[in-house]
Amino acid sequence: MSKKEFTITVYTENQVGLLNRIAIIFSRRKINVDSLNTSPTEVESVHRFTIVINETEEVVKKLCRQIEKQVEVLKAYYNTEDEVVWQELALYKVPTDIIASEVKVERLLRENGAHTVVIRKDYTVFAVAGHREETEALIKVLEPFGLIEFVRSGRVAILKGSSDFHDRLKEFEQQEPGEEVIENEYLNENEQVFTM
Amino acid sequence: METLTINKEQTNLSNNSSPHGGVREVVTISGSVAVLEALLAENVDTIFGYPGGAIMPIYDALYDYQEKIKHILVRHEQGGIHAAQGFARASGRTGVVFATSGPGATNLVTGLADAMIDSTPVVCITGQVFAHLLGTDAFQETDVINITTPVTKWNYQVTDANEIPHVLAKAFYIAASGRPGPVLIDITKNAQLQQFNFEGYHKCEHIRSYRPKPIVRKEYVEAAAKMINEAKKPFVVFGQGVILGKAEKEFTQFIEKAGSPAAWTIMGMSAIPTNHPLGMGMLGMHGNYGPNVLTNECDVLIAVGMRFDDRVTGRLDKYAKQAQIIHLDIDPAEIDKNVKATVGIWGDCKETLPMLTALVEQKVYPQWLARFHEFAEEEKQTCILPEINPQTETLSMAEVINTLNELVKGDAVIVTDVGQHQMVTCRYASYNHSKSNITSGGLGTMGFALPAAIGASFANTGRPVIAVIGDGGIQMTIQELGTIMQSDANVKIMVLNNQYLGMVRQWQQLFHDKRYSFVDIASPDYVLVAKGYAISGNKVSKREELKKAMTAMLAHNGAYLLEVMVGKEDNVFPMVPQGCSVSEIRLK
Repeated sequence: MSKKEFTITVYTENQVGLLNRIAIIFSRRKINVDSLNTSPTEVESVHRFTIVINETEEVVKKLCRQIEKQVEVLKAYYNTEDEVVWQELALYKVPTDIIASEVKVERLLRENGAHTVVIRKDYTVFAVAGHREETEALIKVLEPFGLIEFVRSGRVAILKGSSDFHDRLKEFEQQEPGEEVIENEYLNENEQVFTM
Repeated sequence: METLTINKEQTNLSNNSSPHGGVREVVTISGSVAVLEALLAENVDTIFGYPGGAIMPIYDALYDYQEKIKHILVRHEQGGIHAAQGFARASGRTGVVFATSGPGATNLVTGLADAMIDSTPVVCITGQVFAHLLGTDAFQETDVINITTPVTKWNYQVTDANEIPHVLAKAFYIAASGRPGPVLIDITKNAQLQQFNFEGYHKCEHIRSYRPKPIVRKEYVEAAAKMINEAKKPFVVFGQGVILGKAEKEFTQFIEKAGSPAAWTIMGMSAIPTNHPLGMGMLGMHGNYGPNVLTNECDVLIAVGMRFDDRVTGRLDKYAKQAQIIHLDIDPAEIDKNVKATVGIWGDCKETLPMLTALVEQKVYPQWLARFHEFAEEEKQTCILPEINPQTETLSMAEVINTLNELVKGDAVIVTDVGQHQMVTCRYASYNHSKSNITSGGLGTMGFALPAAIGASFANTGRPVIAVIGDGGIQMTIQELGTIMQSDANVKIMVLNNQYLGMVRQWQQLFHDKRYSFVDIASPDYVLVAKGYAISGNKVSKREELKKAMTAMLAHNGAYLLEVMVGKEDNVFPMVPQGCSVSEIRLK
C-alpha cells in the first residue's frame, strides 16, 4: 500500500491539553504532520482538528482509532483529497516600490487570484486562498520581485458528505450541552504566599 | 488557612438529596476534604501514598479520616503506584495513590506506563504548586500533566476546588470503565486549600464524548458463530480481558460448549483454573509447546480480550496465516492493530461471550485435542520433568515453584517480578482462582513484584500473597521492605537468586556468544536485610531443605523472606527466538 495524502477530521470537546494528547499519537510513531488546524465547529462546544498527513491508509486508519479512543474525542474521520473541499490561505510580503515599477506584476497577481491585504510605503501584502499548488505557484511568481516573506495557514477542509453527521452533532449538543472549559485564572495573581 | 472538616453524616445528607432539584444541603468545605469525601463515596478504603509540600493540605485533611480510610505509607512513589496496581489486580477494584508535586509525581511515571499497558484501573492524585506559580519553575513544580499524557488513559489539572467533586467522579468512572487504565488528577495547592460550596458527590456514569463499550453488533456475532460451527480445529487464545470483564464464568461456558482448546496469555492466566481440561497452557515466547505450534495449525483462531503482543505472536507475517481470525475486544483500536481479524467483535466480553455461546453448537474435538496432548507429552518429557527433577546439585526454579504448588495447591495469589523467575513461575504455577497471577506483563517492569505484593495483601482475598522475585528485581524496590515492616503487610517473599540478571544472561549466552556483559549482579545478605526491617527470613540452597523452609515460610505469622539459591546458568525453555514464528519454538 502506497502513501498518499489524507485529511483527518477530529471532532472533540474543547479541553486544555487535548492538542497534546492528539499530537503525541503522531509523534510517538514518528509520523510528521503536514498541516494542523484547530477551529470551532458550527455546533457550540464542539471543536474540530483538521490534520493533514502523508501515510498509507492502513496507518491512517489505526491512527484514527487511537485518536478516537481519547476520552474527549467524539469522532475521527479520514478522507482522501477527493472526498473533501479544502483551502489553505497564504500571505506574501513584497517591496512596494518594485511592484509599483513593474507593470506585469499586476497581471500576474490577477492571474493567480491574489488580492491585496495592505499597502504600505515600504511593503505590500497579498493573499491567496486555494490548494497547495496555487499558493506555491505564486511564490515562484513573486520571487523575482523581491518576495520578503511568505506564510501559509493550516488546511481547512469540509467533508463532502457530512450533512448526516452534522445533524447528529446538533442533536447531541442539544441533549447534552458541553461543559465550560475552566482555565487557570490565577496566573496574574502574584500572591505573597510562602510555598512549600 | 483554616480547614473546616465536616462529619460523614452531614455529607451523606447532601449525597442523598436529588441532583435535579429538591432540597439540597450545601456545606462549605475545603478542596482537600472534598477529595476525601469523593474517595469515601467511591468506597475507597485503602490508599498508597507519600506526603510532600504540595499535597500537604490533602494529608492534613486525611488526618481526620484515618478511621475510614487506611493509608499505607510507602517508601518511594513508584512503590506506591505498584502497590495500588497490585491491589487493583487482586481485588478487581480501583487502586488509589497520593503523591506530591515534582519528584513525587515523576516517580509515578513507570507505574503509570505499567498500568496503561496492562489496563489496570488506578487513580493517582498528585499535589501541584499554587496555580499562580504554574510555569514559573517554582519549587517542586513539574509539568506533570504533559509528562503523564502518553501513559494515562485520562489526566486533568484542577486549579479550582469547585471542580474537585465532578473531576474525581469522572476519574473513577474513566479508570474502571471500558478498557480500564490509569488516571491522574493534579490538584494545585490553592484548590486544595480553597473553601467552596460542596453540593454533594455524584458518581459519574456517562461522559458524552466517551464510549466505554458499544452496543454489540449481532451480525458479527452470528458470522463468528458460523465460523466456529464450521471449524475442524478451533483454538481459543485469551487475555486479561476475561478477568477485567469479570467474565470468567461466561468464558468457561463458551469454551466448554464450543469444545475448543484454549490457551492463555501471561495476563489472562488464572482466568480459568490451570488444570481445566480445555486449558492448554500459556502462549508466547516462553509459553507451552502445543499452544504455540498449533497456533499455526488451527483453522479458526478465536482471540478473546487479548491484544496480540509481539511476545505472544512471534513473527507476525508467519502468525496463524492459515486460520480465520475472530477477535473479541472492548477496545476497537485493538481489532486489526497487529493481526487482521476476519471477524472483529467490538464489545464487553461479558456480553459478547454469552451471545456467542448461545449460537455455537455443542461439540468435542477429540482428535484435535489429542494433537495438543501429544505436544504436551513431548514438552513434559524434554522440558518439564528434567526441570522439576533436575540431576544437578543446584536447585532449579521450576522445582521451587513445583514445591510451592504442592504446598499451596493453587490457592495463593502469586506476584512475580520480571525475568526468568517470572517465566518459570507462569509456566509452572497452578491456580484455582481468577486474579491470582499478578505480574508486569506488557511493560516488564523490574521492581514491580515487591510493592505489588504489598498492595495485593491489602486486597483481602483471603488467600496468601506470595511474591516471587529475582535477585535483580528485588534490589530495584527493596526499600519497600520498610512499608511491609510499618504496615504489617502479610507478604511471603521468595527471592530466587541465580546471582545473575538471568534473562539477559540467557540471551547473551544464546545470541551474543556468551559475552556476559554486566549481568553478574552482587546481592546483599537478604535475610540480614530483612532482619533489619524486622522481617523474619531464611536462606536455602539444598534440595532436602527446600520443602521444610517453604512450609515454615507459609506457616509464619506475618511477612517472611525466603532466599532460594538456584542454578546460576539455568535457562528458560521452551523459547520462541526473536524473529521466529511461534511454530519454530525451541524445546532446548
